[in-house]
Amino acid sequence: MTRQMTGAEMVVQALIDQGVDTVFGYPGGAVLPIYDAIFQQNNIKHVLVRHEQGAVHAAEGYARSTGKPGVCLVTSGPGATNAVTGLTDALLDSIPIIVLTGQVPTFMIGSDAFQEADTVGITRPCTKHNWLVKETAALSSVLHEAFHVATSGRPGPVLIDIPKDVQFASGTYNAPQPSTSHYQPTVKGDISSITELVEAMEKAERPLFYTGGGVINSGPAASQLLRELVAATNFPITSTLMGLGAYPASGENWLGMLGMHGLYEANMAMHGCDLMINIGARFDDRITGVISEFSPNSTKAHIDIDPSSINKVIRVDIPIVGDVGHVLEDLMKVWKSRGRKTNSAAVGNWWSQIKAWQTIECLKFTQQGKVIKPQYALSRLEALTKKHDRFITTEVGQHQMWAAQYLGFEDPNRWMTSGGLGTMGYGFPASIGVQMGHPESLVINVAGEASWLMNMQELGTAMQYNLPVKQFILNNERLGMVRQWQELLHGERYSSSWSESLPDFVKLAEAFGAKGILCSDPDDLDEAIMEMLNHDGPVLFDCLVEKHENCFPMIPSGKAHNEMLLGDADTQGAIDAKGSVLV
Amino acid sequence: MSDLNLKKGSSAKSAYNLRPNFSDIVERHTLAVMVENEPGVLARVIGLFAGRGYNIESLTVAEVDHEGKLSRITIVTTGTPQVIEQIKAQLGRIVTVHDVHDLTVEGPSVERELAMFKVAGDGEKRVEALRLADIFRANVVDSTLNSFVFEITGAPEKIDAFADLMRPLGLVEVARTGVAALSRGG
Repeated sequence: MTRQMTGAEMVVQALIDQGVDTVFGYPGGAVLPIYDAIFQQNNIKHVLVRHEQGAVHAAEGYARSTGKPGVCLVTSGPGATNAVTGLTDALLDSIPIIVLTGQVPTFMIGSDAFQEADTVGITRPCTKHNWLVKETAALSSVLHEAFHVATSGRPGPVLIDIPKDVQFASGTYNAPQPSTSHYQPTVKGDISSITELVEAMEKAERPLFYTGGGVINSGPAASQLLRELVAATNFPITSTLMGLGAYPASGENWLGMLGMHGLYEANMAMHGCDLMINIGARFDDRITGVISEFSPNSTKAHIDIDPSSINKVIRVDIPIVGDVGHVLEDLMKVWKSRGRKTNSAAVGNWWSQIKAWQTIECLKFTQQGKVIKPQYALSRLEALTKKHDRFITTEVGQHQMWAAQYLGFEDPNRWMTSGGLGTMGYGFPASIGVQMGHPESLVINVAGEASWLMNMQELGTAMQYNLPVKQFILNNERLGMVRQWQELLHGERYSSSWSESLPDFVKLAEAFGAKGILCSDPDDLDEAIMEMLNHDGPVLFDCLVEKHENCFPMIPSGKAHNEMLLGDADTQGAIDAKGSVLV
Repeated sequence: MSDLNLKKGSSAKSAYNLRPNFSDIVERHTLAVMVENEPGVLARVIGLFAGRGYNIESLTVAEVDHEGKLSRITIVTTGTPQVIEQIKAQLGRIVTVHDVHDLTVEGPSVERELAMFKVAGDGEKRVEALRLADIFRANVVDSTLNSFVFEITGAPEKIDAFADLMRPLGLVEVARTGVAALSRGG
């Protein structure tokens, strides 16, 4: 179907044709024609955020929770530069989002015009791809191609910069066609490599699945296949922060999260395994610890859709480039056709070893006295909400790690957190995006007070659209993770890591017309959480917690997986000078 | 691609060339990168090298297929085998990159570079410069009473050697194009 329309109308039509129902944005001079086109239609709902960073994080939350790409619309100059943090966040966590930016008219580009910025130049390193569209005739095909690029292969953020005169001018609109561009990433894995992995699985004595966000990005079918594979082989499974929910936390083979603040048994299994099967993870430095001592005795297989992930950090023995879902499907077929073999006796011994590690109970804590332990707060939140149709977002820091440790995720797309970039201020706008995609579900943002303040302006957005997002703030009046590192690495000199002049969060909520709840007594906690759940509207839950609690287990910088700190008693001299320069 | 005399075979999108080589020896590789000739494509490639800390010893770029809107970027880079593999994979994931060819490993290839040398001097030195230029098959493209501009084409090593010889004879200025390279055979 081809039709004549203005560039601004093309933007709206392309979004409709691509199945977009929600756009997060903020208007300004250079996008007024598009806002005018949005005003004159009813297919797409526009959510007015309070800051462009919020728009991008909201789109990320929407994308991660729905499996569909998120869309943002912002103006030129400051609108575009404010989107940069969100774009980088989406790039590191492989989240498909499409950011549309207005630009000064083509004839003014390069003249330092009002609100002009070199948007494609600034965002080139923080997008998967970007375009400056200088002719209305090219606009519809670029819009459709942007969706193709954002969602194909390893997903990621893309940006389209649209000058104002291109929005005003008329041209021919082309409806979406299957992409004919050169960019068509391989999804099928090489069958001989898959067979090689199956052979290794048949012989392995101490196998381990190490899964990541790639399983979730591959779609629900990939998570289902993973569950079948784990059940059929009885191999233990651990996951990165990004992959939580692909395998259920209640599953029998689940070891919990691995990595810097991962579980003791998961990290010990990584260190001790003889076959590591990495599925959609990328050997991030939060996972590996010191490279030279990373899982020294294992054969390593790596399934990843991005060839550049292979051998980037860790040299692997069996690389398989392909989409997780496709590769697992072939893997199952090959494994079944060869007789469903595993070395079950050896794997049984391996499980005995793992069960011994599990008796350490590395997440055990004791709630005593009148101060709420953050671990206790999250345990209660878990107990009181796990039966709900629940989505969790987080900010970044100690609370994020505790949330990953103490909350259980049974399904993919239920856990939205800033893993790669570690963006404080991510969680609140992300929760808004999640709630837009799931209006009837319970959406909770587990936050720290400092992170939450970074995008607190979005409380206005939550109120305007009546989004009942629950902001569960673990308030220790500290930048807890910074404080923890200063304690361990910098001689307990707490440089700028406490939160002074904090607002009264209850009054702050009320100033926006939202509900505020303050809880400081462990005996009141359950009742307060129930009050939060029962309120139909946004809630700011100010949970005052122990101020000096540290997050354990912890693999200190420069150490290996088997050198975890399990509690405060282990911390003396744990990090040497070489480790202290690492982040 | 047959028009462009590029060898079929391994590209960065293939897993086969991702098997690690465990050497830590720094190697020099010549890469031919076929890119869509669109605004900003060179910035993407250069930005990748700058952002990830890879070396560029030489880089040349020009459109080679006007109809297909394809440009060829020839990059000479150095790194350990792991870094070289990573460079190729990172180049391959740029959306507008069509193919990455490692001419150093994909069979024999020829490399040529064009350079211009300005050499100033009188008397014996001037005569000697002209004599050496003749031996190296360099052409005189400009001459004054006390200077020459030589044009020379060849492998980078030949140009390095010529530069070494011209230096004591009054070398004033050098301009080099960087390497263009093609695989040998059909």
